[in-house]
Amino acid sequence: MAVTTLSQPAARPRRRRLKRYTKRDRAALTLMGGVPLLLSLAFVWLPALATVALSFFNWTGIGGFSDMKPAGVNNYRIIFSIYPEFPPAIEHNLLWLVVFFVIPAPFGLFLAHQLNKQLRGSRVYQSILFLPVVLSLALVGFMTELVFSPTQGLVNNLTGHAGQHNLIDWLGDPSLNIWAVLIMACWRQTGYVMILFLAGLKSVDPSLQEAASLDGANEWQSFRHVVWPALRPINIVVVVVTVIESLRAFDIVYIINQGTNGLELLSTLITANIIGETSRIGFGSALATILLAISLAFVLPYVYTTFRKDTRS
Amino acid sequence: MTSHNSSSPTNPGHGENPTHRADPASPLFGRRSLLRGALAVAGVAALPALSACSSSKSGGGSEASNAVSFGSNAAVPEPKGAYQTLFAAAKKATGLDINVNWVDHNTFQQNITTYLQGNPQDVFNWFAGERMQYFAGQGLVSNVNDVWDKIGGSYTDAMKAQSKGSDGNYYFVPFDYYPWAVFYSKSLWASKGYTAPTTWDEYIALAKKMKADGLIPIAFTDKDGWPAMGTFDYLNMRMNGYEFHINLMRTGQGWNTSKVSAVFDQWRQLIPYYSPGFLGLTWQEGANQILNKQAGMMVLGLDQIGTIFTGSNADDLGFFAFPEIDPANGQDSVEAPIDGFMVAKSPKNAAGATKLLEYLGTAAAQQLWLGSNPADIATASGVDTSKYTKPQTAAISLINSAKHLSQFMDRDTLPSFADPVMLPAIQKFLSSPGEASSILSNIDAQAKTIWATNG
Repeated sequence: MAVTTLSQPAARPRRRRLKRYTKRDRAALTLMGGVPLLLSLAFVWLPALATVALSFFNWTGIGGFSDMKPAGVNNYRIIFSIYPEFPPAIEHNLLWLVVFFVIPAPFGLFLAHQLNKQLRGSRVYQSILFLPVVLSLALVGFMTELVFSPTQGLVNNLTGHAGQHNLIDWLGDPSLNIWAVLIMACWRQTGYVMILFLAGLKSVDPSLQEAASLDGANEWQSFRHVVWPALRPINIVVVVVTVIESLRAFDIVYIINQGTNGLELLSTLITANIIGETSRIGFGSALATILLAISLAFVLPYVYTTFRKDTRS
Repeated sequence: MTSHNSSSPTNPGHGENPTHRADPASPLFGRRSLLRGALAVAGVAALPALSACSSSKSGGGSEASNAVSFGSNAAVPEPKGAYQTLFAAAKKATGLDINVNWVDHNTFQQNITTYLQGNPQDVFNWFAGERMQYFAGQGLVSNVNDVWDKIGGSYTDAMKAQSKGSDGNYYFVPFDYYPWAVFYSKSLWASKGYTAPTTWDEYIALAKKMKADGLIPIAFTDKDGWPAMGTFDYLNMRMNGYEFHINLMRTGQGWNTSKVSAVFDQWRQLIPYYSPGFLGLTWQEGANQILNKQAGMMVLGLDQIGTIFTGSNADDLGFFAFPEIDPANGQDSVEAPIDGFMVAKSPKNAAGATKLLEYLGTAAAQQLWLGSNPADIATASGVDTSKYTKPQTAAISLINSAKHLSQFMDRDTLPSFADPVMLPAIQKFLSSPGEASSILSNIDAQAKTIWATNG
């Protein structure tokens, strides 16, 4: 260390910026930047690009590259023309997104705001509301079955709809089952959003709110003009989490019926075609590419605006 | 620390104050050495994992010539215990050590393509039908003609036909199987005075009577999608005959024809008699409706419903063959999925694999495995049937009376067609029976693209 620092001043005038860091620093930075970069290239972007490439081939997964047959855009043509599960899958993914924005996001904020008021036993409430987040989504899927099973489920038995004549088919009716699933998904998502907002609220200086109320602001005004602006960074996180959670929705419906009969999602269609005894790798990859495109449509504007704001400030 | 570095970038730690210099340096080193340590730990942790990985792969094969590796899809306790008993006996009979890799049933099935192209065990669990012929056709398995030279005598011709690939070679050794039929509770039927129908009209008349008696006439459950395939198979074989059915399954041609649409018209007559909410129920829930005498009858496999009617209930399980629709076909076909074994493309111990399969193909081995299992029957002849339950004995006579054996839709057709296309299509038909014609033209269009590309 001493040697490197002593040799530095001589080169200082010419390459000032580079010489800010010692060799060790540079090595460490290269390593710290390079390793994650390599990992993300190798495990995220290469597979993603390979998926896009595969979507233009037909391949059963048997044999090597020579067994892939070029298909042009045929896989996409099939998806958009004769694949009956595709339109409902898109519809359900978007419905999932809308519902997550309309219910768990505001409700999570509401709960966080209430918990932030230092109520008696707020930690108990907090734990109860956060508990579903700790459960894996697969487990939430099993719970959905227990709660909504038409003959043995909790809901139908409590409301007297488990009989032969007035049965409500929560899991099998294709116009109803997505809502049963969404109720359970929201139950979990609300706790998640709540904890995010709660963390954000804790970082809002209480003296600001105090000052606002001294100035005569009512609760809504102080929330609207003091708390809400301070929550901006958290809001962005919540938006991103909501988009991610709704696009990657999979587990609950897969547990219930592998994502058929009213529960189609893009993710389950991909699995249905790729994971199996004989796969349609190209067809499944085309579906995955569509999901990638949809994700990018949400993520890119977000990344663009955040980075622009960062560089501006 | 970062602020220190950037504020005096040119000479970090080159300050006049020795304490100032020492201070940032030590946490800096602390963090770096921590990082270095973490990397080292990660590396060390990764190494044994990697070597374990490679050793387990090579360990999958068998170094000694008296060891055969076996890929099992029976990781759950019930069949696993039976297999362990069987393999212990196999070691006594053949002197072979059997190294088993236990895998979950569905995982094994879904990964079969990767599995067979990677480092498969010498012998593995698989199924008869297109499912077997497809992998044989792809050259991913070895033929087992040697084994059949020895075991051929104890199998029926129907069983032999189900064990051959399309090139005429044997690729499969059958082990156990079970029939699909219409099951019911004998005691319920005795109390109500029902008798088994043999024709479609009698079947519908019986369903009507059961409905009047306050029962669910036909327990039917299709949340998981596949149980309904059995009903389609039987309707199609009864109406259009076995040849048509198998051709439809193997070639994917002819879905949008009046013959298939007649099947769906026929099926529509049954829907009013099905369990309420059947698209939200599992087959276990349906079988329990039979067990609890809430429902009259159910089209299912013995392998499934036999696990619900156990112990003292075992002999209460009755069944009849799916009723005749077209007298030209009568009741000549039985859906009887066969489970058994195949040999990998290049087994490490080919002689041992043959020896093991010769043993597994005997009635004695199959009887040992069956033990007290009331849900399957042995494929080899010469089994001591006095140990069978009544449904098992009846299953044998049902199968022996059949001219043709089918395997089940997801075993008789391309798997990439059965689950991704047919399963949701049938569910769609069941929830909106009026849309049969558009569903069928869509099935036809998808079948054409799948068979055209085979992928």
